[in-house]
Amino acid sequence: MSRYLIGRVGQALLVLWGAYSISYFILYLLPGDTLAIMLSASGMEVDSLPPEDLARAQAYYGLDKGIFEQYVSLLWNAVQGDFGQSLSLNRPVNELLVERLPQTLSLAGLAIVLSLIGGIGLAYLTAYVRWQPLKVAMARLPSLGFSVPVFWLGLLLIQVFAFSLGWFPATGSRGFDSLILPAVTLAIPSAAVYAQVLQRGFQGVWQEPYIATAYAKGLSRWQVQARHGFKNAALPILTLIGLQVGNTVSGAVLVETIFARNGVGRLAQEAVLRQDIPVVLAIVAVSAAAFVLVNLIVDLLYPYLDPRIAHTPKVS
Amino acid sequence: MNAESRIALLSHSPASLSLGWQRRSRLRRAVTALLPLLRRPGFSLALLIVLFALVSALLPGLLSSFDPYATSPADKLTAPNLVHWFGTDELGRDLYTRVVYGSSLSVQAALLAVGIALVGGLGLGVLSGFAGGRIDAVIMRFVDVLLALPGLLLALAIVTAIGFGTIPVAIAVGVGIIPGFARTTRAEVLRVKTLPYVEAARLGGASWGRTLLRHILPNAWGPVAVLATLDFGAAILATAGLSFLGFGAAPPAAEWGTLIANGRHFLITAPWVSLLPGLFVVAVVFSLNHIARTLEENPR
Amino acid sequence: MSSPLIDIRQLCVTYRFAGQITEAVRGVSLQVSQGETVAIVGESGSGKSTLANAILGLLPDNAQPHGQLRVDGVDLSGASEKQKRALRGRTIGLVPQDPMVSLNPTLRIGQQIGEALILAHGRRYPGVDADVIELLQQVGIDKPLLRARQYPHELSGGMRQRVLIAIALAGNPRLIIADEPTSALDVTVQRKILDHLQRLVAERGISLLIITHDLGVATDRADRILVMQQGELVEQGPPRQILDAPQHDYTRALLAAAPAFANRRKPRSSQHTAQAPILRLQGVGKTFDLPRLKGESRTFTALQNLSFEVYPGQTLAIVGESGSGKSTALRIALGLEKPCQGRVHFEQRDVTDLGWREFRPLRQRIQLVQQNPFAALDPRFTIFDSIVEPLVSFGLLKGPALEQAARELISRVHLPLSYLDRLPRELSGGQRQRVAIARALALKPDLLLLDEPVSALDVSVQAQILDLLLELQHELGIAYVLVSHDLAVVANMADQVLVLRNGQVVEQGPLAQVFDQPASAYTRELIAAIPGRLSTGVAA
Repeated sequence: MSRYLIGRVGQALLVLWGAYSISYFILYLLPGDTLAIMLSASGMEVDSLPPEDLARAQAYYGLDKGIFEQYVSLLWNAVQGDFGQSLSLNRPVNELLVERLPQTLSLAGLAIVLSLIGGIGLAYLTAYVRWQPLKVAMARLPSLGFSVPVFWLGLLLIQVFAFSLGWFPATGSRGFDSLILPAVTLAIPSAAVYAQVLQRGFQGVWQEPYIATAYAKGLSRWQVQARHGFKNAALPILTLIGLQVGNTVSGAVLVETIFARNGVGRLAQEAVLRQDIPVVLAIVAVSAAAFVLVNLIVDLLYPYLDPRIAHTPKVS
Repeated sequence: MNAESRIALLSHSPASLSLGWQRRSRLRRAVTALLPLLRRPGFSLALLIVLFALVSALLPGLLSSFDPYATSPADKLTAPNLVHWFGTDELGRDLYTRVVYGSSLSVQAALLAVGIALVGGLGLGVLSGFAGGRIDAVIMRFVDVLLALPGLLLALAIVTAIGFGTIPVAIAVGVGIIPGFARTTRAEVLRVKTLPYVEAARLGGASWGRTLLRHILPNAWGPVAVLATLDFGAAILATAGLSFLGFGAAPPAAEWGTLIANGRHFLITAPWVSLLPGLFVVAVVFSLNHIARTLEENPR
Repeated sequence: MSSPLIDIRQLCVTYRFAGQITEAVRGVSLQVSQGETVAIVGESGSGKSTLANAILGLLPDNAQPHGQLRVDGVDLSGASEKQKRALRGRTIGLVPQDPMVSLNPTLRIGQQIGEALILAHGRRYPGVDADVIELLQQVGIDKPLLRARQYPHELSGGMRQRVLIAIALAGNPRLIIADEPTSALDVTVQRKILDHLQRLVAERGISLLIITHDLGVATDRADRILVMQQGELVEQGPPRQILDAPQHDYTRALLAAAPAFANRRKPRSSQHTAQAPILRLQGVGKTFDLPRLKGESRTFTALQNLSFEVYPGQTLAIVGESGSGKSTALRIALGLEKPCQGRVHFEQRDVTDLGWREFRPLRQRIQLVQQNPFAALDPRFTIFDSIVEPLVSFGLLKGPALEQAARELISRVHLPLSYLDRLPRELSGGQRQRVAIARALALKPDLLLLDEPVSALDVSVQAQILDLLLELQHELGIAYVLVSHDLAVVANMADQVLVLRNGQVVEQGPLAQVFDQPASAYTRELIAAIPGRLSTGVAA
């Protein structure tokens, strides 16, 4: 078992390294003139500087080293937690991250919980209902859920619940109240995905012969769905949670912008607007790390939920 | 019986019936399969909406007589009425027209994104599934790495590097969709590769090339086509998101995301400026999803 | 008690789907008394499964029963779900068809049996765990304490079937419905389990209702047989009467088609001393590497020291149960696998080490008919495309000549010409198998390998396909290697028989010798396990 663990962790680290490298490639090597971008991010124009200053700027940004050297030093620093300086805000990036991370984590956390409850609940009800018209309508709902642009939905919710009804504040990062609308907005696309997958899962499981065996024992529909249907249909959900981390992070950028929250998402938007390369690189790296970590935990939890993976067959 | 009547008899005989048999072309088969779908109201409506979006992308002038850039301060922020179907924005421009003209940018961007994803993802997926072994392992690691980078953030990084605008946004979104295509294609290729009829073809002397082209690809195509339709909708949402954040085409261009972003400031007084363009986007994407699902449930 | 346990009068069940109404059961009347064993025999589409589901009260929502259906005094056609549920498990038990998929994969065996016991009692009671162990012992499972804690995938097919029997018995039912109890398992395993089930049922005085397509199983084990066709009950009676004096045409057709009751072909005098064998395997062995698991061996020996010869125009049958290595032997003969030891000769030429490209020309002479007709044809190819594909792959014919070849081939397998234009999904299983045979004949091979060619088909269709194969062999002089688990099928087709068990040859020789004087105990067991032989009482 420990062999499996080491293998998985190794793979996770490999993926993380790959993600960092690709981000580095995109941000440092793709642009035509990295120096010009960095200078403009700091508020200076590359044309207005004399050559000696340019040389000094290059050294300052670490752009005078060779590509490989630069990469290694950046990577080394990153591993130790040092992501450099923000060009536009002139503060260490770590500080910025530490400041803003709690907001985003609380938003994402609540959103994940809400999306699981909403998605699983909807799918469970859809499977239980027998009246065809209602069942079909409920089955279509998830599709609507991921047809909606997250940012538009946020605006709609603000319009209805903040301006018209006045139940929740429209913007801001203070207090639990202000967390509700953003979390709901962020939760809906993920909830739609969970609901869709679980619905399909139930449909598939319902055709399985062991459901007939369960009925033949004398169980009621509710009991069959709960004890035999759900456990088998829900297996893919765990993997999905891991994959949805990426969507949640992406959504957070949009949601925080709309609701004017002070989280890492909005930091990313501002950084891109100002072409603040070190900040963007740091945020992408941290998100990739979060994705890898959550998926690693999911991989390690899976054998506990699906006995076919844990227990090797004794008779082939 | 004279010669003529005998010939007449022959032309109805079973022997000539067998000579008269011919193969039905594939196109005819596809058309006969598609027709019953059109009888469903939901599917036809969805198809209509998507066609509307496509027409507005290619020939916006057909659908609206207004000029999307013509400002008219006197009419600013009027609510939807019979003249201005979607109302007007803060510069008095007709919103419906701007939505229709915005189609071309948004739809083109989405098409480019899906195109990039198809070429990249299909190529990787087929190679990975067909070749197997080491190549498969390497390609899948690469796809895992791409997956670890959240779509929007990857797009943000690309946009930071190569600048703002519709094309960079499209490229960014396209690269982000590649992992999904690669994985789905690979799974389908693997599934079909082990089916008995593929083995039968090989035992009948078919080369790998023939097997790939005539058996594996056509049968693996189904789920990929469904995914392409779904991702077309997702690409529309993603490009709208990026232009909402301000990274799309510069104003006064009328990309959908930009339109919605614009209306943010007037949410209290004139909610239609943001909400109606968004509703249009929802309709188009939902129709695409519906088409995808209908195709999935009715394999030809 | 004189009132029957099951009393059905003029039962009709109709299905409503997409605006169409199909009658699955038409005016069926039958009665089952306490302690009786009744078999319902029918092919697919006969309505037997619908009847079983109706008795259990498990018809889907779009099915509508009419008529009288009384089980233990309760009329089910008007009963509420609650009343039906009260009967399930406690009065009626079900032993489902396929044990490999009828158990919940995520629950332990003990939990699944315990659930049935708790339901029968009404609530959880202290002695549940002990009762579970006792039930496991009664159905003949070894190490019950260990097995109760295991998951279904850790048990073999036979053990899973016993667990399902335990679940059915848990509620102390008065009737057990056994749905196709013989289709999914090996013949010897089936026999043991069915014997055991009948013993348990007799001990407790339970009625047994066997649903099957196999007339042999029905005649061996039932007190009364009911024959169903297209939803109607066409004949009823004790086994002796059905066998000796069938009244209805359909029953007669079933009897004629059932391999166990059909007359064996007269064995041909062996001509092989004059001719050279077309295929020869010598000392072939094959070992597979297994993924490394704790406590399991690293390798799996599929075949050991296998040798046989196939002569032109004759049939060699390879018989074995699952895991015996028979499919591996075919794959080695085709060049799809390389043996670890031994040589393969095709017409004097050693082909063991040939690469794919070198082997390719030989493919025109050796062809394969696969087991599953439902997956053997590309769903996007028309029948025409499928049949002529080998000719196209080798570039042998084009244009009008190709079409002519297609016409000849499809007529040879007795399918109408208009089928050339159709897609596989428009054809039945038997028709698809004919197309597969036509495709295999396209290159005019001298040797045809057949992997369980009829096991996925209905009994009457099986007989037609086997007749077709015999006819083709007679006309074209093709040699066959026929792999089957069904000795009854083999008895009608083979000249030479080879019996495999766990990769080793336990018996080999001419048909008459293997059947009349089997040398090994395993062969004797296989022959004894053929359903229907008990009733025919004939060893020949």
